[in-house]
Amino acid sequence: MSALDPREELAKRLGLEEIPPVRFQSPDEVQKLLAANDYLGDEAIASVTFLADRLAKPVLVEGPAGTGKTALAKAVADSIGARLIRLQCYEGLDETKALYEWNYRKQLLRIQAGRPEGTGAEEWHHLEEDIFAEEFMLTRPLLEAISASDPVVLLIDEVDRVELETEALMLEILSEYQVSIPELGTIRAKQIPMVFLTSNNTRELSEALKRRCLYLYVGYPSIERERDIILLRVPGVSSALAAQIAQVVRSLRAIDLKKAPSVAETLDWARTLVVLGREEIGDEETAATLHILLKYQSDIERARKELLGRARPVA
Amino acid sequence: MLNRLGDFIGELRAAGIPVSMSEHVDAARALGVIDLGDRELLRATLAATLVKDGDHLPVFNAAFDVFFSVRSLASIEEELDETSTDKRSAANSSGPGRSRGQGAGGAGELSAGELAELLFRAMLAGDLEAMRFGAREAVARYAGMEPGRPVGGTYYLYRTLRNLDVEALERRLFEAARLEPGELAERLARDDARVRVEQLKAALEREIRERLVEDRGAEALAKSVRKPLPEDLDVMHANREEMAQLERALRPLSRKLAVRLARKRRHRRRGPVDLRHTVRRSLSTGGVPIDLRFKPPRPAKPEIFVVADVSGSVASFARFTLHLVHAISSQFSKVRSFVFVDGLDEVTHLFEVAEDPADAVARINAEADVVAFDGHSDYGRALTTFHERYAPSLTKRSTVLILGDARNNYHQAHAELLAALRYRAKAVYWLNPEPTGYWNSGDSIVAQYAPYCDRVVECRTLRQLEAFVGELA
Repeated sequence: MSALDPREELAKRLGLEEIPPVRFQSPDEVQKLLAANDYLGDEAIASVTFLADRLAKPVLVEGPAGTGKTALAKAVADSIGARLIRLQCYEGLDETKALYEWNYRKQLLRIQAGRPEGTGAEEWHHLEEDIFAEEFMLTRPLLEAISASDPVVLLIDEVDRVELETEALMLEILSEYQVSIPELGTIRAKQIPMVFLTSNNTRELSEALKRRCLYLYVGYPSIERERDIILLRVPGVSSALAAQIAQVVRSLRAIDLKKAPSVAETLDWARTLVVLGREEIGDEETAATLHILLKYQSDIERARKELLGRARPVA
Repeated sequence: MLNRLGDFIGELRAAGIPVSMSEHVDAARALGVIDLGDRELLRATLAATLVKDGDHLPVFNAAFDVFFSVRSLASIEEELDETSTDKRSAANSSGPGRSRGQGAGGAGELSAGELAELLFRAMLAGDLEAMRFGAREAVARYAGMEPGRPVGGTYYLYRTLRNLDVEALERRLFEAARLEPGELAERLARDDARVRVEQLKAALEREIRERLVEDRGAEALAKSVRKPLPEDLDVMHANREEMAQLERALRPLSRKLAVRLARKRRHRRRGPVDLRHTVRRSLSTGGVPIDLRFKPPRPAKPEIFVVADVSGSVASFARFTLHLVHAISSQFSKVRSFVFVDGLDEVTHLFEVAEDPADAVARINAEADVVAFDGHSDYGRALTTFHERYAPSLTKRSTVLILGDARNNYHQAHAELLAALRYRAKAVYWLNPEPTGYWNSGDSIVAQYAPYCDRVVECRTLRQLEAFVGELA
């Protein structure tokens, strides 16, 4: 069985002196550690995080907006005491922003500074070797995560925003934990970082990317978990109010809306109700504060009709 | 265990979930690092390594419940630690046996009223453990399962639910949960009761599946309960539940398609070099134009004319297509929609005023004037009207999409009018929701129209529809 252990195999391939210690003993421990860092994960979240460490594989987290995908990476980083390196993806992201870039200006300066000494071919050869050294390179998040010697968690946020072609940039890092730079050779990771990718599913990711990752779908939490999240994150909320809020939100999500309320919006709503000094929610409070949960006028009207049994003009 | 994993992956592939070789290896490796006795951990592990799309999870879960039922897992575990202490394997083997004994004996001990009361209390408290126990009792008592029958268990579930009188249970739950007055409280109580009844149904279904697996084995049952993925459902023959699934799948699908096309358009071809921008950029590299900049491309957008048959047999297909085309209408310079049965009416204005294509599609039935005579499709008449009124607005930039099964009820075809339309337009496509094998049988006259179409496409599932519409833009 030990010959099969993925961590050992990867460590050998990367040429690490020793196999990095296992970060979590069991999924239960993951759940406890995350809870200690204000993140309430369900069983699936804990299990996949545990597996990501054991199998030394990246995790692709998918799900509706505002369900705590990014927060998961942050909580994991906090709970293992690692530095979080974040790459925010956007359309038009390329390797000079994601991996590395040669510092043209500095190279130009170096060339100009060296000019008076000599102009021979040998000089030039020497200079060329010189300006393509690590000193003239600007490291970007992906390379930084690989070359870091302290423990890091790499978060590649909203990976579905980059073009299909740009995804390919990440493949080498995701499967081999290394970066090849033509002028310098291959840079291997000095440790095995934990990697999280998040996606809002605005497009299909490539098969190649999915194959290299563990997949975790984070949907809306169950009513009990949502109540606990409210209790944990909103100071001064009573447990009865939290339960009621969770119930209302569940009913809202069951209605066919353009944009169902996310956990983040639920928390905003809970905070609002606490600030307003409400102990329970009746028809009036809900009608007056629905716009915090819902962001489309048509959704607000529909919810009002469904939940409160009447459509009223918005004040 | 590895054999079972292989069989399980075979079932996933049969259901349409793509599982690659390396994912198989990952799953096998993952099994080596987890505690196999924990069923939910096993589920999460297999889901994380084998399924890479959230939409596939329901299909995965159904297959998982069949292949790794609680009872079969107990036997696997036994197999694994045959060498371990006798005590443990004894406990394992007596586990399922005991529960079965309890089920049979319990049915004698509990009266029907007591069972209903037990379930009611379990549901009220949200106690899943007790609910599962009650479900076991209920199935043993009411389902009347006959061994060896090749069924998926829907009928057993129905019989159990009817005997339990779930409507009464739901009403009681509703009454119990409704503490305060007010519309909101009432609605919350109703939703709560509904969710709890759903939980009970799930528990019953699980129990029935477990028993069926015991009876017939996982492979055989998997075949009876296998469901296609939403994007592979046949639109024309979907039942009500599947239709709801399709409706849900459509919105994210059209959003994805719109994003993909918008990107493709922006990145398809580069325009000419933008000199001003390039020179500006070169300032940072000492006047050397290292980084060329291009003007954004401006490809022409096509005009789309959708002409859809909305008679009973193909109405749902037409609705999906109209929804999809309008959802990505920003990719076209103009979209005009027409619906017909034996009369033809333009419905573009419905989409213009509605915020959401789904709302407009819902209003078509009520507001479009499509029946001129007897309400049976008449393609010839529809073509005549379309040609008369709208042919002048077709130009060399217009693409005409005709949606329908070309079942003309033995009316005149008027294919020559389609030829005239083809002459004016850039292209004419025909989307047929029937399988190719049925074309030209009975009153279907695809062959008469086909010569004047650029392509006649079979479009039975959302996947095919998405692929076609994607090509169009």
